[in-house]
Amino acid sequence: MSSILKITDLHIAVDGKPILKGVNLEVKQGEIHALMGPNGSGKSTLAYALAGHPKYEITGGDIEIDGASLNELDANERARLGMFLAFQYPVTIPGVRVADFLRHAVTNRRDPDRKEGENLMPMREFRQELRGRMNELGMDPEFARRYLNDGFSGGEKKRMEILQMAMLKPKFAILDETDSGLDSDAVKVVSEGLSSLAGPETGVLIITHHERLLEFNRPQFTHVMLAGRIVETGDASLAHELHANGYTTVRERHPAEAAEEQAEREETLATV
Amino acid sequence: MSTVTVNSAPSLPSGFTSDDFEVFLQSRVEPVWVTQRRRVAFELFQAKSAEELDPEEWKRIPARAFRPEKFSLTGKAAIGFDTAQLPLMQNRAEFEGAVVHVDGSATESRLTEQLAAKGVIFGDLATVLCQQADLLEPHFATKAVLPDTDRFAAWHGAFWTGGTVLFVPKGVQVDAPLYSLVALAQDGVADFSHTLVILEDGAEATLLEETASGSPDIAGLHVGAVELLVGKEARLRYVQLQNWNQKSWHFAHQCGRVEGNGSLQWTVGGLGSKLAHIHQDVHLDGRGAEAQVNGVTFAKDRQCLSYYTQQTHNAPDTRSDLLYKDVLTDESRVIWRGMIKVEPEAQKTDGYQRNDSLLLSPTSRCDAIPGLEIEADDVRCTHGATAGRVDVDQIFYAMCRGLTEHEAMHIIVQGFLQTVTDRIPVELVRETLDKAVEVKLGIGE
Repeated sequence: MSSILKITDLHIAVDGKPILKGVNLEVKQGEIHALMGPNGSGKSTLAYALAGHPKYEITGGDIEIDGASLNELDANERARLGMFLAFQYPVTIPGVRVADFLRHAVTNRRDPDRKEGENLMPMREFRQELRGRMNELGMDPEFARRYLNDGFSGGEKKRMEILQMAMLKPKFAILDETDSGLDSDAVKVVSEGLSSLAGPETGVLIITHHERLLEFNRPQFTHVMLAGRIVETGDASLAHELHANGYTTVRERHPAEAAEEQAEREETLATV
Repeated sequence: MSTVTVNSAPSLPSGFTSDDFEVFLQSRVEPVWVTQRRRVAFELFQAKSAEELDPEEWKRIPARAFRPEKFSLTGKAAIGFDTAQLPLMQNRAEFEGAVVHVDGSATESRLTEQLAAKGVIFGDLATVLCQQADLLEPHFATKAVLPDTDRFAAWHGAFWTGGTVLFVPKGVQVDAPLYSLVALAQDGVADFSHTLVILEDGAEATLLEETASGSPDIAGLHVGAVELLVGKEARLRYVQLQNWNQKSWHFAHQCGRVEGNGSLQWTVGGLGSKLAHIHQDVHLDGRGAEAQVNGVTFAKDRQCLSYYTQQTHNAPDTRSDLLYKDVLTDESRVIWRGMIKVEPEAQKTDGYQRNDSLLLSPTSRCDAIPGLEIEADDVRCTHGATAGRVDVDQIFYAMCRGLTEHEAMHIIVQGFLQTVTDRIPVELVRETLDKAVEVKLGIGE
């Protein structure tokens, strides 16, 4: 049976300020969804809220996988259930080798009840699998011995996110502007990696400004966010249209949200 | 009643008065020159107890609650105390030689016949001083830790009890590590142990030493000294893991001297004690001598760990490289004051010192004070200190990959320590430190 990630009337506040104001979205395993929208519309907030960042407070609505609510679960518990966030800005953890980090992560994902200090998956099996995945992504095996994201280039960091996704085999993967800051070659590598590794077992939500990532990973659904809500849903052609024409027509079609967006901008400017 | 505070003590602490000293001397069976040195040290102890402790040194160290009169020397080890219960290095390996002290008295001393046949001497100080008096007389408390250094050095010089001696003759290489354990098993007992390592020219050895308390509840005092004498082209690796319980006071003078082209690799683990104040000095006395100093400290609760380190370059072409990494949590405190001294003749010196601290709680505090005193003009000396907090973004990132908050903290701490643990060549020590870090983080308790 294929799993469903269901987001119902989700309200999120950060430091008491409402950012998401009723988001509805359903992603099934194996589907590819694109999430687009102007800066500040709440795309990254949705990504962090789904992953379980403690700063993103759920003030209303529900996040569920197959009917079970994630609202009260922390990021680690959600990850073990199959939620994955590829970070826009992957974090560096000095002194922690990629292989050691991933061996912990993969063990916990596959054995969600594992407690700290209990056995990790066998080293030989893990190494073999890691090497295979790195090979598929065209990564130098030497990467496994490097410290996590320490001294990595932008492209290497993003590839590392895709590698982690491939190893963790999440049910749902959110890619938060995984293509930002990359040159077109790097976007190509990441796109191909994503398309070859995200199979029918993963539902993918791609947050992007670019079309390139979607070329290799053609979405069945494109959603547009404006002022903390999803205002339109279409197919791949909507993504194409937005990329070509920007958000002017979307704002025209949704004057209430556009006005709200404008008001928020002015408020932000006033406080700066 | 007397107390050791920054102020001078009006009288000697009970248990360490001149009457106590005479009784103590009568209990010792040792060469006349040893007794003589004790008397000299005792006079210094009397004189220095009447003087103020160096206010510059002691202003950062919260020693006011220290009551020396609550501790006393005992001639006997706790009866029936089994050191095998201590979860330390000793149970993780077989050693070709081991010396164990409990409550200041030696309870075990052994060395394989093969090593003894090569002229290696490894045993407890009180016994070896009697058996090898002539051999040790020129070295013991004459070169590295001198009783006139301060009140604690004098106190130690007068009242030292047990300790470990390692002597490796010229050109002899001891490949496997030797082991020394200093344990306290009774409440209120003072340990005045003295470690003396002598490597003759071209000799090589590794000594792993650790301290431990028999239970978390007993109060303990350590007033110790470590002397490491490394001959020309000799190589010594010395590790000391201080792992007392948190009711122990630890005061120590530790000093290594390295002759021409000799090398000293010195690893310090500062884990235990309520308050530790340690002087750790390395002197590079001969051309081409080098010293590497690695420090790992982990302070929690209300522990205070203080390290005053000094790297003294007395000869040209010498190298010193010191790296301390401190992890702090709860209300704990770590103080590190480092100094690189370069004498006028020590040209082409390469000196390095660095202290990095990682604060796991907002209420912990690290003071790192690096310093340089350079009198030669053609040298390269660098120093640095950093202090950082665990980054919430790192924790969240790791949790997004399925690690618990605790696991995330653990890997971040391990990662922080990695650059110093990479420098520790003995796997047993790395493992032991790793375990100790886990215990400190509350894993596997």
